Amino acid sequence: MTRGSRKSWQYFGLGLAWFYLLLWPLLGIRDGELHFAATFAVWLRVAVGATICFVLYRLGKAGRLDGVLHPLAAARDAVGDAMSRAPRWMLLTPVIVFALAYPMLTNRYAQDVAINVLVYICLGLGLNVVVGLCGLLDLGYIAFYGVGAYTYALLSVHYSVPFWVCLPICAVFAAVAGCFIGYPTLRMRGDYLAIVTLGFGEIVRIVINNWMALTGGPNGILGIKSPGIYIPHFVDGSFSFEYLLLRKLEYLYYVILALAAFTIVAVHRINFSRIGRAFEAIREDETAAELMGVDTFRFKLLAYALGAVFGGLAGAFFAARMRFVSPESFTFIESAMVLAMVVLGGMGSIPGVILGALALVALPEAFREFELYRMLAFGGAMAVMMLVRPAGLWPAARMGKRSDDTE
Amino acid sequence: MAAILELEGVCAHYGRIQALRDVSLRVEEGEVVTIIGANGAGKSTTLMTICGIVRATAGEVRYAGESIRDKRPDQLPALGLCQVPEGRRIFPRLTVQENLDMGAFLRRDADEIEADLGMVFRLFPVLHERRKQHGGTLSGGEQQMLAIARALMGRPRMLLLDEPSLGLSPMISQHIFRIIRNVNEERGMTVLLVEQNANMALKLADRAYVMETGAVVMEDDAAALRENADIKKAYLGQ
Repeated sequence: MTRGSRKSWQYFGLGLAWFYLLLWPLLGIRDGELHFAATFAVWLRVAVGATICFVLYRLGKAGRLDGVLHPLAAARDAVGDAMSRAPRWMLLTPVIVFALAYPMLTNRYAQDVAINVLVYICLGLGLNVVVGLCGLLDLGYIAFYGVGAYTYALLSVHYSVPFWVCLPICAVFAAVAGCFIGYPTLRMRGDYLAIVTLGFGEIVRIVINNWMALTGGPNGILGIKSPGIYIPHFVDGSFSFEYLLLRKLEYLYYVILALAAFTIVAVHRINFSRIGRAFEAIREDETAAELMGVDTFRFKLLAYALGAVFGGLAGAFFAARMRFVSPESFTFIESAMVLAMVVLGGMGSIPGVILGALALVALPEAFREFELYRMLAFGGAMAVMMLVRPAGLWPAARMGKRSDDTE
Repeated sequence: MAAILELEGVCAHYGRIQALRDVSLRVEEGEVVTIIGANGAGKSTTLMTICGIVRATAGEVRYAGESIRDKRPDQLPALGLCQVPEGRRIFPRLTVQENLDMGAFLRRDADEIEADLGMVFRLFPVLHERRKQHGGTLSGGEQQMLAIARALMGRPRMLLLDEPSLGLSPMISQHIFRIIRNVNEERGMTVLLVEQNANMALKLADRAYVMETGAVVMEDDAAALRENADIKKAYLGQ
């Protein structure tokens, strides 16, 4: 055993002991009594799992697993190579076909999860414009989701405006809200901006919560209409349109699928436009961007408003699908979740954000039995991610390497 | 000859500390002018006041006969005034090519941009080799070249350079200084250069200003200053 490996085992042991100390007050203090058995049982499982992972890691590092890892790495490289050489439509077609056929293959529950994933994809991609492209840390993003949801809810309940008419209105309202919030806050940079956006996000929620006359306060708004479409109807040679409310889950799935597809295409277009380049320049070095003639304030406001648009669209859909909105859906934890998706998936990367949304919405559903430990697993996963893949699951091409990591 | 840039009694403050005291200087069209001085003499602050990053608290800044004192930094490239900022400030995670594209951000003349791209690649062949690499992966000298090339992509009438030799080996600094001279002679571009390396700056420039504690203390032809006994002692180490 080399000195290095002995040291890393020492740290590992220390880490486990420390984890036990953290875990015990969580599980061991109950009803004023102290328990040890339950904590120990949980800890033992975690410790065994962690030890196995650690042994594998050490063995891999020492080169003992080369016999297994080399073929695996070769296979991965071969697949990656084939993927990069295949034309894009060949990769996209199966994904699109699967997405379209999904409701026919699955049950209600799976469709419900998929709708959630798609909503979060819209939100994640919207936030990605602000955080990933423009580098503005926004902790109050969910406010725009709320603005979109309440805009549709109010228009639908009071004026019975149809969903499709409301969609652009919600987008405009969210963008206006983005400008209102952005105008005073975007003069700040970095950490200060994060704190102020956090504050504004809370302000929006609290206003919704307390403006009883308009929003119904904590009771929320009931009776929001589902999206409807006109379908052509032929009866005995006469032709008419029939209005159909899309109540069924699979119809709603297609609505949000269309919205998500729109978001992906739009964000992709922004990404590779002159505006996107300006956003990236601002992220890289705001002062230098300014010296190149980029009106940084206007572009930051634009990034904020564009991000808000996608949040607003997702919000409108959310209201239409739930047919009920209340302030509880727009708490800070939601903002944090969306931000986590962007960071976990890879900032600035569209497939990364999609993966991030999939991971953070679908995985907790798959592991429902362990719901109690969700936040624990979440924190652990984040820590491991930052160590193993600091640029995210699927990093944007340009985000992967910096001069300081090449050494 | 008409002055392209003129500072008249400019003062600037960082909070309550006065950084510039009554600075006046003029740069004629087509000239290379340098500002030399020790650390903290106010050289960089002078440049930053010209581009509006630091606001002048008194005095007047005129560019091509027009006051630019109240202009924001992003409004100046459109007037033909481009800056190579101190510490290079290239965009580390954009490729060299994209960095250069950003330099031409305000321009819409695609053919001319293409031509200028060829021009800067001829000036700095190493950038052509590395055009697909991220800016952050370049060496210090290459980054400085990229910063200058990026500013040239804006087709400036006047170029402001802040310490281009900072942290570079003498050989690379000399190479960069030669290119600055070239650009000045071939394209008639006016250059205002702030530099700590007084020796090299005075060899390059036509005229020079010497700054100390936020004020201009001397102004002369560069050749004359190189022979000046005080300058020799204080800045040239002779």
